[in-house]
Amino acid sequence: MESANELLTILPLIIIGAAGLFVMMLDAFTGSARLAYLATILFSAAALAVAVSDLFGPMGESFHGLITYGGTSSFGMVLVMTGTLFSVILSRDYLEKTGMHIAEVYSMILFAAFGMLLLVSSNNLVTLFLGIETMSISLYVLAGLVKNHKKSVEAALKYFLLGAFATGFLLYGIALLYGASGSTFLVDIAATEDKGMIYWAGVGLLLVGFFFKISAVPFHMWTPDVYQGAPTTITAFMATASKAAAFVAFILVLSRALPDARADWSDVIWLFALLTMVVGNILALVQDNVKRMLAYSSIAHAGYIMIGLAAGTDAAYSAVLFYLFAYTLMNIGAFGIVAYYEWHKGYDFTEVSNYSGLGFKQPIMGVLMSVFLFSMVGIPPFAGFIGKYRVFAAAVDEGLISLVIVGVLASAASVYYYLRVLVHLFMKESENGIVLSRPGTLYTASLLILAALTIFFGINPGVLTDLLGSFWTVQY
Amino acid sequence: MMEMDWYLGLSAVLFTIGVIGVLTRKNAIVIFMCAELMLNSVNLTLVSFSAQLGDVHGQILVFFALCVAAAEAAVGLAIIIAIYRNNLTVDVTKINLLRW
Repeated sequence: MESANELLTILPLIIIGAAGLFVMMLDAFTGSARLAYLATILFSAAALAVAVSDLFGPMGESFHGLITYGGTSSFGMVLVMTGTLFSVILSRDYLEKTGMHIAEVYSMILFAAFGMLLLVSSNNLVTLFLGIETMSISLYVLAGLVKNHKKSVEAALKYFLLGAFATGFLLYGIALLYGASGSTFLVDIAATEDKGMIYWAGVGLLLVGFFFKISAVPFHMWTPDVYQGAPTTITAFMATASKAAAFVAFILVLSRALPDARADWSDVIWLFALLTMVVGNILALVQDNVKRMLAYSSIAHAGYIMIGLAAGTDAAYSAVLFYLFAYTLMNIGAFGIVAYYEWHKGYDFTEVSNYSGLGFKQPIMGVLMSVFLFSMVGIPPFAGFIGKYRVFAAAVDEGLISLVIVGVLASAASVYYYLRVLVHLFMKESENGIVLSRPGTLYTASLLILAALTIFFGINPGVLTDLLGSFWTVQY
Repeated sequence: MMEMDWYLGLSAVLFTIGVIGVLTRKNAIVIFMCAELMLNSVNLTLVSFSAQLGDVHGQILVFFALCVAAAEAAVGLAIIIAIYRNNLTVDVTKINLLRW
């Protein structure tokens, strides 16, 4: 009976893993991308529902301490499944219109989601490593989805080579921590007494591995290339779900495996947060390509989130989780709208100047884009503001004042490149007679839901923040 | 039993050779081989720690790392073939549509 209960603690993982295999078989036997799409939606929605109900359930460990469930992990699962579900919904229209609609996409998305779910529930470096790799290998395939498209394949190659390089560092870090502590369980690593050179080298290499996955400067080189080259809705999936999963796992490692060493890694993350914010924002300022701009903006957001990690208190971690939620909603939304513009064949929508005058042609898309971009800037009624505010506030409480000042200045600078898109959408005249098709009902509806959630959690953050705050007060 | 340091030293040297190879080589396949060398040098670290500690977990992790490396090789070589078909070269300095 004990083992049956343990299986229930990883129910979202089981659903998504089974769904991935099922969709792959469905593709093999029917070849119907439509059926695969429907099955993916159903299974993802089921896994999301289970993850949401787990938020209010107990927290603990299962499978002899390999897996942690409830609390932060469940919230990580909610983030991953939200990202997956919306990316899948948006993918169908985009991939159909651009002629890349094949059923394998959905099984690869599900396998990647499986890796992310394993990653956010890992309580041991072995499960962590397997989660990261399952996620990354599926994402390499997804980035190179269009195999006769030069840019897509180039994105896949760059992602793959740098990803494999990062894997080496991550695994070396895990190996050295194992040698220093004699175990791969996060709690046993926290209890290491002899903190010699091997231990610190292990911690450093593990951090490098994580910095690659969350694309912190100077390990960000792959991000803009991959985000630009990959199909746009796949980019949305990579930018939200995989980043959120990596951040949640980073929180788990920092808070469970390395709590005593906080004073040491806090300084390191401080430095990288500073670099990431400054470089991410400066490079975003000079971008003309919208997808690259969004890629650099996601690097800048990673910098703000790292401020919370540098603070390293329970309040800061729960602020980071809130930020990740807001980040997921607004990024999927923004990439979804870019995908909508891009599916009009015969027009070029790579540069920001191509967006001139589009805001009034399909007003609903223009308005939704404004909501997501304003939220990314961090303007009050939207969730992005609350996320930023709470992360900065938690960092000020820890005395990281100079870092917060840089963060505020950087986000003030970011107004320029976000609003530039809106200026082109609404205040410039359209050059040629672009005719925009109407987006599908489900496509519009899912973007509307994302925008509604962005506004709801901006006005009413208490619902979520109370829940997130309760994760850290419970000891187990 | 030999000194632990020799095993760790050997794997550190192999790892460094892998890193230098990834950073300096231009052929995508050679870069990939260097990344594999990094993973395998880590496996050497893991088995030597495992033997020293008398703990089997490290060796189990090696099996997982081997599986991951195999999966990565399958996907990676497929990507490199796709690159060759599109560009007729696997020289990473000549594959530069995406920059800045």
